[in-house]
Amino acid sequence: MNDKRSRLVSLRNPWFTTSVGATLALFLFSAFVGFIWLPSAQDDALFKGLLNAICGAAGIPRTWLSETNPPVAPKVPLSTVILTPEMLSGPGMRESVGRGATLALRCTMCHGARGVSAANTPNLAGQYSPSIYKELRDFQTGARTSAIMAPMVVGLSDQDLRDLSIYYASLPREPSPGADDASPALGIVATGSPMRNIAPCGSCHGSLANKLGAPWLSPQPRAYLKSQLEAFANGTRHNDVSGQMRNVARHMTQDEINASVDYYAEKR
Amino acid sequence: MISNKRLVLAHFWLAFAIFGLAVLLGEWQMFIRSPLHGWIHNPDLYYRSVTAHGTVMGYVFPTLIAMGFGYAIAELSLNQPLIGRRWAWAGYALIIVGSISAVIPVAMGLDSVLYTFYPPMIGNAFYYIGVVLVVVGSWIWVALMGINLHAWKRAHPGAPVPLAMFANVAGAYLWGWTAIGAALELLFQILPVALGLSHTINAGLSRVLFSWTLHAIVYFWLMPAYIAFYTIVPRAIGGRLYSDTMARISFVLFLVFAMPIGIHHLFADPQIGSGFKFVHSVFTAMVSVPTLLTVFTICASVEIAARLRGGKGAFGWLKALPWDNPQMLALTFSFVMLGFGGAGGLINMSYQLDSTIHNTQWVTGHFHLIFGGAIVIMYFAIAYDLWPHLTGRAMQDLRLIRTQLWLWFIGMIVTTFPWHYVGILGMPRRMAYYDYTAPGMSAEGVAVVMSAVGGALLVLSALLFLTILYRNHSANRVEPAPFTFSQAIHEPTSLPLALNGLGLWVGLMIALTITNYGYPILQLIGLHDADVPAVYSGGQQ
Repeated sequence: MNDKRSRLVSLRNPWFTTSVGATLALFLFSAFVGFIWLPSAQDDALFKGLLNAICGAAGIPRTWLSETNPPVAPKVPLSTVILTPEMLSGPGMRESVGRGATLALRCTMCHGARGVSAANTPNLAGQYSPSIYKELRDFQTGARTSAIMAPMVVGLSDQDLRDLSIYYASLPREPSPGADDASPALGIVATGSPMRNIAPCGSCHGSLANKLGAPWLSPQPRAYLKSQLEAFANGTRHNDVSGQMRNVARHMTQDEINASVDYYAEKR
Repeated sequence: MISNKRLVLAHFWLAFAIFGLAVLLGEWQMFIRSPLHGWIHNPDLYYRSVTAHGTVMGYVFPTLIAMGFGYAIAELSLNQPLIGRRWAWAGYALIIVGSISAVIPVAMGLDSVLYTFYPPMIGNAFYYIGVVLVVVGSWIWVALMGINLHAWKRAHPGAPVPLAMFANVAGAYLWGWTAIGAALELLFQILPVALGLSHTINAGLSRVLFSWTLHAIVYFWLMPAYIAFYTIVPRAIGGRLYSDTMARISFVLFLVFAMPIGIHHLFADPQIGSGFKFVHSVFTAMVSVPTLLTVFTICASVEIAARLRGGKGAFGWLKALPWDNPQMLALTFSFVMLGFGGAGGLINMSYQLDSTIHNTQWVTGHFHLIFGGAIVIMYFAIAYDLWPHLTGRAMQDLRLIRTQLWLWFIGMIVTTFPWHYVGILGMPRRMAYYDYTAPGMSAEGVAVVMSAVGGALLVLSALLFLTILYRNHSANRVEPAPFTFSQAIHEPTSLPLALNGLGLWVGLMIALTITNYGYPILQLIGLHDADVPAVYSGGQQ
């Protein structure tokens, strides 16, 4: 067996030398073209020089354009919250609910004694905790503006915000019959409008699927939903990461805004 | 003589049964996305169906065919009983358990992640576990093929390994190595997140690991078809194989070049450097070498058959071919589809041209034409050729067989040509609905309806195929002549070491994997900034 292998892997075996040699030659040729020749032919100062060309073609991450084009500074504060699926779960939840319940006493005036609003403010009972946490943080940093909410959260620590979010998430959600049934949903909720880049509302906000950070909307007060959708559309609300809600709302017609708001509000 | 007929039949029947179901899903998908149907209001139903269709057609169906055919080849070509029959049944059982474990959560809507997994989307863990079990089941087959060949070589020192077994084991080793990429992705990246042990995933690395599997898997699908080209068709049409050496060189070149090319699926991915994309593009082009060698060798073999039947002239011999022979028809259709599909593939593999059709329906058209067309029609041919030897009954429905092959050919052309066309117009793939009322899209409506009609022909053909196989079980009993593989004009009496074993070529395959994948994988493993939060599918949060 070893004898066979030594006869196979041998410079005297033309099959070995030809196949290995040709493969090696092909690799060296394609590597030369791909890593040296083509990058060097780019009319780009950052690809100049052998090392730069090779590193660039190998895909080594570098801040290539940092000197020539500094990032554009936003004119308004943007959301800096990073959500991960597990951030508001794990041990210590029970204590969080207790602390959150105490902190929430200041919220009851508008959001109701048990997180269900009678004042056209959002229902918080049973809302996803990452969604509540994100909004609270945005109110604190000014990414989302509200003359009422900003002073309410200004003195709260990050842990306070987490406790509040976990507390409200733990309350029973107001029943909304048919909230998970997509069949009777409107076009704009179930399918959006692909040619205008409007994703279906239901693909993030429930009934089709849920996405981290996106709140459920059913049931929320009609006036609240409408004012927020319009605020996204005209850019006065801008704490949606990557601008996805602004891009959706700006392309919606007034009829579509009304219909989608009715859809989510009527599910109460 | 096949002594393990039940084993082979079990593999083939399971493969074709689930193939029949997946064809129905495919046609349903085409119908609901076409202008013949309004917009589907729950797109998840569409994605569930795509996930099931892709998982069955991409993983389970061709794997079972390769395994069943492989077990038959091991006995028929080596003339020895299969070693490890119990293990073979164990592998079969693993595939059944894995398929059931995968299909249930998909049907429940917990795993609408498509068969390419698409991290950071994460679904229910049972789907991924099911896919892993299917792969593990197929690895048992890989090992058995190697062991059977090894035992035969020990008993016949220096004798030339029969071509069918040589190619079969090349396919097995190719699959054994290429499945590792997706296995690594599933075991070390996706499953920890699906099981809740982690909540972030390096999606760029996942895509690179998947590309390790994604392109070479196509050549694993293709191997049974190529084995049929070389070792069944020339015999079935009364000819001789033009060159045994050329056949062996083709198979080993597939082994070497199928693997280090998968990054051509990632031309639009930012996490890979352009240099590696170019290198993979060059190596992808090399796959045309064994493909063209095969086309040449098989055409020459067919010409030999024609001249033996009295064909004359530069092209006049074409008339002398046995066109009523199903194997002749299947080969012709397969080559036509391989030709068009291969020409389209040249666009996909070139770094620059790809950008015009990347992620459009063109790509769907391309791989359906190659796999569903050129390859699957040869799976039919293999079944037609082997069935009498497995059931001991005569294949009487020759006219029905020809109709079935014609329907599949026409159906596949009518399905995939419009797909290519709308892809060039820019129609994206993997969408649950399209707005055909938009001015830019209305021109695509007609073509989409055409492809749905083509799909209906495919459903018809698949039903016909299953009927023909089923009817054979109650046909007249016959004692079929001993099964033989094609004879070459010059049967090998002794072969160079390099062409009588796969060691050298497996070595080259592994070496090229390291040169072409080593750095991108290591670099991405070290890039912890690239971890992104999982996006849970199926209502989990």
